[in-house]
Amino acid sequence: MAQPLVKKDDDRDDEADYSPFLGIEKGAVLQEARVFNDPQLDPRRCSQVITKLLYLLNQGETFTKVEATEVFFAVTKLFQSRDIGLRRMVYVMIKELSPSADEVIIVTSSLMKDMTSKTDMYRANAIRVLCRITDGTLLTQIERYLKQAIVDKNPVVASAALVSGIHLLQTNPEIVKRWSNEVQEAVQSRAALVQFHALALLHQIRQNDRLAVNKLVSSLTRGSVRSPLAQCLLIRYTSQVIRESANNTQTGDRPFYDFLEGCLRHKAEMVIFEAARAITELNGVTSRELTPAITVLQLFLSSSKPVLRFAAVRTLNKVAMTHPMAVTNCNIDMESLISDQNRSIATLAITTLLKTGNESSVDRLMKQITNFMSDIADEFKIVVVEAIRSLCLKFPLKHRSLMNFLSNILREEGGFEYKKAIVDSIVILIRDIPEAKDSGLLHLCEFIEDCEFTYLSTQILHFLGIEGPKTSDPSKYIRYIYNRVHLENATVRAGAVSTLAKFGAMVDALKPRIFVLLRRCLFDNDDEVRDRATLYLNTLGGNGAVVETGEDVKEFLFGSLDIPLVNLENSLKNYEPSEESFDINSVPKEVKTQPLAEKKAPGKKPTGLGGPPTGPPSTVDTYEKLLSSIPEFANFGKLFKSSAPVELTEAETEYAVNVVKHIFDGHVVFQYNCTNTIPEQLLENVTVIVDASEAEEFAEVASKPLRSLPYDSPGQTFVAFEKPEGVPAVGKFSNMLRFIVKEVDPSTGEAEDDGVEDEYQLEELEVVAADYMLKVGVSNFRNAWESMGADFERVDEYGLGPRDNLAEAVNAVINLLGMQPCEGTEVVPNSSRSHTCLLSGVYIGNVMVLVRLQFGIDGPKDVAMKLAVRSEDEAVSDAIHEIVASG
Amino acid sequence: MESCPSVKNILLLDSEGSRVAVKYYSDDWPNKSAKEAFEKTVFTKTQKANARAEVEIAVFENHIVVYKFVQDLHFFVTGAEDENELMLATVLQGFFDAVGLLLRGNVDKKEALENLDLILLSLDEIVDGGIILETDANVIAGKVASHSIDLDAPLSEQTISQALATAREHLTRSLLN
Repeated sequence: MAQPLVKKDDDRDDEADYSPFLGIEKGAVLQEARVFNDPQLDPRRCSQVITKLLYLLNQGETFTKVEATEVFFAVTKLFQSRDIGLRRMVYVMIKELSPSADEVIIVTSSLMKDMTSKTDMYRANAIRVLCRITDGTLLTQIERYLKQAIVDKNPVVASAALVSGIHLLQTNPEIVKRWSNEVQEAVQSRAALVQFHALALLHQIRQNDRLAVNKLVSSLTRGSVRSPLAQCLLIRYTSQVIRESANNTQTGDRPFYDFLEGCLRHKAEMVIFEAARAITELNGVTSRELTPAITVLQLFLSSSKPVLRFAAVRTLNKVAMTHPMAVTNCNIDMESLISDQNRSIATLAITTLLKTGNESSVDRLMKQITNFMSDIADEFKIVVVEAIRSLCLKFPLKHRSLMNFLSNILREEGGFEYKKAIVDSIVILIRDIPEAKDSGLLHLCEFIEDCEFTYLSTQILHFLGIEGPKTSDPSKYIRYIYNRVHLENATVRAGAVSTLAKFGAMVDALKPRIFVLLRRCLFDNDDEVRDRATLYLNTLGGNGAVVETGEDVKEFLFGSLDIPLVNLENSLKNYEPSEESFDINSVPKEVKTQPLAEKKAPGKKPTGLGGPPTGPPSTVDTYEKLLSSIPEFANFGKLFKSSAPVELTEAETEYAVNVVKHIFDGHVVFQYNCTNTIPEQLLENVTVIVDASEAEEFAEVASKPLRSLPYDSPGQTFVAFEKPEGVPAVGKFSNMLRFIVKEVDPSTGEAEDDGVEDEYQLEELEVVAADYMLKVGVSNFRNAWESMGADFERVDEYGLGPRDNLAEAVNAVINLLGMQPCEGTEVVPNSSRSHTCLLSGVYIGNVMVLVRLQFGIDGPKDVAMKLAVRSEDEAVSDAIHEIVASG
Repeated sequence: MESCPSVKNILLLDSEGSRVAVKYYSDDWPNKSAKEAFEKTVFTKTQKANARAEVEIAVFENHIVVYKFVQDLHFFVTGAEDENELMLATVLQGFFDAVGLLLRGNVDKKEALENLDLILLSLDEIVDGGIILETDANVIAGKVASHSIDLDAPLSEQTISQALATAREHLTRSLLN
C-alpha cells in the first residue's frame, strides 16, 4: 500500500528552497519505519527515519493511536543497536510519543539497563526518559538509582536526575521528598548547573516550610553559590523570605537587604538585574534602599544590548508608578531612548518620562511623542494614551495641550481598541476637569462625524446626552447629533434620537426645536428609531406647548437602571407571555459573582463513580429554581439573597459539608451541600440537626432530608426557619449531621442492607447583618449619592483600634456590611495613610443604601473611620450604623 | 512569580515563518492552531527588526520573546511576562551558538533541515520540560556532536554539503596552524 508522493507544484518553483523533506508524506514514512524491524539494523538509515518522523511531529502532524503504537513498538526494537547516535534519537522519539502506561512496560527494562550503564550519556538520558514516561509504581523501583544519580560525579547525570526530580515532585511528591539529603549534597556541587538544579529542587521540596526556607537562604547567602542561574534563584528565594518576614519585624533594618545589594556588584548581568528588580519590588521600599538598584539600572539604559535596555526601562517604568522621584535621575538617559530602534523600549521610555516628568517638561515631551506616534503599533499607542490621561489628571492646568494631542490622534487612523482608549480618556478628562468640558465635548462631536465604530458613536451620543445639556450653550451640539440621524446606521440613529430627547427634557428653551427634529424621525425606516421618537414625543409632551418636564419623566430618561443587565436578560428569557405582564421588580438585583470553585473532595479519582459529579448549583437563579421546586418552601415568596457557600468542615475530612444561606422576607433556608468522601460508605437519610438556641428570633418550620448520599456525588439537605418579617434578625446555629451509614463493597459498589445510625459534628453557622444586604453596584457613585439626597443621611465616627494596615481595615468593614465596593475604591494603595471607600447595596425590603467610608491612621497603628450612610429609609441608615457599631 | 525560571517555547522558523523546528514546554497554547497563531504573530511582528547583531526583545500576548536572526533562520525563545529577560536571552544565545557550532558556521535553512537531527538533539539538551538544562553552547554542541557524528561513516555517505564543510574545516585548520 505504498502511496505516491504528493508534491505541490509551487514547492518546486524555487530551486534554492530545496529541502530534504520536500514532499514528505506520513504514510510513506510510516512504511519506511519498517526498517526498524530488520534483523540487521542499519543505524544510519534508522536515524534518518526517526528524524523524518520527528520532522512530521514537529510540523504539527499527528499520529493516530494505532500509528503511534506501531511506531513505538518498532522504535523499541532499536535498543538492540549499540550505535550511540541512534540511541540518542530513540530517546527523543520515545519522549515525543509519550507512550501509554501499558506500552511503557516494554521499554522499562531497556531504559533501566541504560540507567545503570557505564556510559554517562546513556545514564543521563535514560533517567530523563524514564522519569518522563513513568508512573508512581515504577518510580519506587528506580528510586535507589535516582538517589545515586543525584550525587553522581558526572554533572550531566546529576542534572538529569535533579531536573527529573523537579518534574516528578508535581506527581509523586512523597517519593521525591525522601531525596532531601542527596539534593542537599548536590547543592554544594562544584558544577554550576548541578547547583542550580539542586537548589531549585530543594526549595520546591521545602517551600511550605518557612523555617527551612529561611535556613536555606541564610546559609547560602553567606556565599557558596557559583552559577549565575543559581544566584538568581537565591535572590528570588531571598525576596520571598523578606516578604514573609516583613510582617513580623517592622522596625530596624530589613534582613538580607545587604545580600541583595551585594548582588548588584556580581559579574553576571543576569544576577545584577535580578537583584535590582528584587529590590525595586520590596514591600514599602525606601528611597535609600532603592538608590543603588536605580543606579545599576540606569547604567543598563545605555547598554548596547537591547535586552538589557528593555529589562532596565521596563523595571524603571514600574518603579515610576510608585516612586516617580527616584527615577527622575534617569530622565536624560530615558530621553535618548525615545528614538530607540526597538519600539517597545521607546514606548516604555516615553511612558516612564510621562510619569516622572514635571509640569514644565510636558509640552516638550508632547512634541516628541507626536513625532513618534505614527510609527508604533496600536497596543503601544494605547499605553501612551493611558499615560497621557494620568498625566492630565496630575497636571490639570496642562489640559489644553494634552486634550489637543488626544483630539489629533483621534483623527488619525487606528483600530477600535486604540480609538476606544482615546475616547475613554477624553471622557474621563471631561468628567474630572471642568474647564476641559467644552473643548472635549466638541472634539467628541467632531469625531462622531466621521467614526466607523458604531459602539463608540453610541457611547459618545449617550455621554453627550448627559453632559451636553449642562453646558453653557447646549444648542451648539444639536447640529452634530441631528446629523447622525441622517447619516448613520439604525443603531446610531436610535442613539441620536435618545440624545436629542435628553436635550429636550433638560433644556426647556430648546424644546420646540427638538420636537421638530423628533417629529421628522417619525418617518425613519427603522422600527426602533420610530418607536423611540414616538415615545419621547409623548413623554415630553410634544404637542408643541413649552412645558416643564416632570420629575418622573426625568427619572425615566436619566435614571440609572439599578438591575444588572445579565439578570434582566435571564428574567426576560424565562418570562412566558401570559395575562400577567412582566414585572421589572421581580428581577434579582444581586450582582453575580463568579461561582465559587467547588472544593474537590480529597483523594477523588478522576474516573468519577456514577457519572459526572452533580455539583450544587451556585448562581442566584439556579438557587431560585431549586428552592421553588421544593413544595415546603414554595410559599416563602421571592428569594432575596443567597450567600456564598460557607464551609462547615475542615478540608480533607470524611464528609465535606458547606452551607448556603437563603434569605426570604419572613424565612431563612439553610442549604447544606454534603459530599461523602469515603468510597466504602453509603449514607442514607441524611439530615442536619440544627440547634437554634442562640438565635432567639428564629423558629424551625421545615426540613428536607437527603435520601441517599453515595461516595463522591454531592447532595443537598435543607432546613428552613421562620423569622419576623422584614427584620434583619441575626443569630448563631450549631449543626449536627445525622445519617444512617451502610458499608459498601468497593469492588462491586453494592451496599449492605443493614445500616447504623451515626452523627457527625459540624461547625457553627451564623446569620449576620451582611446576609440582609445585596451587593448592587452603581455606575456613577457621585451621581447616585447626590440624587439620593441628604434627607436620611447619618454620619458618625468610629475607632477601629489597632490594625496592621489600612487595607485590612477597609476589607473588614466591607465584609461586615456585605456591600458592593464602587469604582475600585476597595483597593488601598500601599502605605497610604488615609483612604475613601464607596459602597452600595440594597437592604432587605428593597431599600437602596449608599455608604461613604473615610479611613485614616491615627497615631501609630490606630485606624479611625468616618461612616456616612445615605438611604431611602431613615431606619435603614440607622441600621447600618448599628451593624458597624456592634461589629 | 514562578520561583523557578522557565522557558515556554523555543522556535526556529524560516524566512517565511514556517517551522524548521519548534518545541513547546507549556500548555499556554493548547492546540496546533493556537501554536501556529502565536508563531505567526511573533514572526510577522519581528520580521522587520534587525536582530542580526544583538538579541532583540518584544512582548506578545503577555509573553516575553527574545529573538535573533541569521541568514534565513529566525530563532525565538519565549518566557513568562515576569521572567528575567536576560535569562531568556542566555538560553537563546546558547541555542543560537550551539547550532552555529554544529552546522560549522553555515547556518541557514537548508543546512538546518539537512541536519535536523542535530537541531532536535540540541533542543533536547538545552531545556527539559521548561527547565533550563544547559546554556553553554560549547557544552551543548559537544553533547550533541559526541554521539551523533559517526566518524567511521564513509565519505560517500556524507552529503555534498557535509563533505564540503569538512573539507573547508580541514583547510581552515591547516591555514591556522
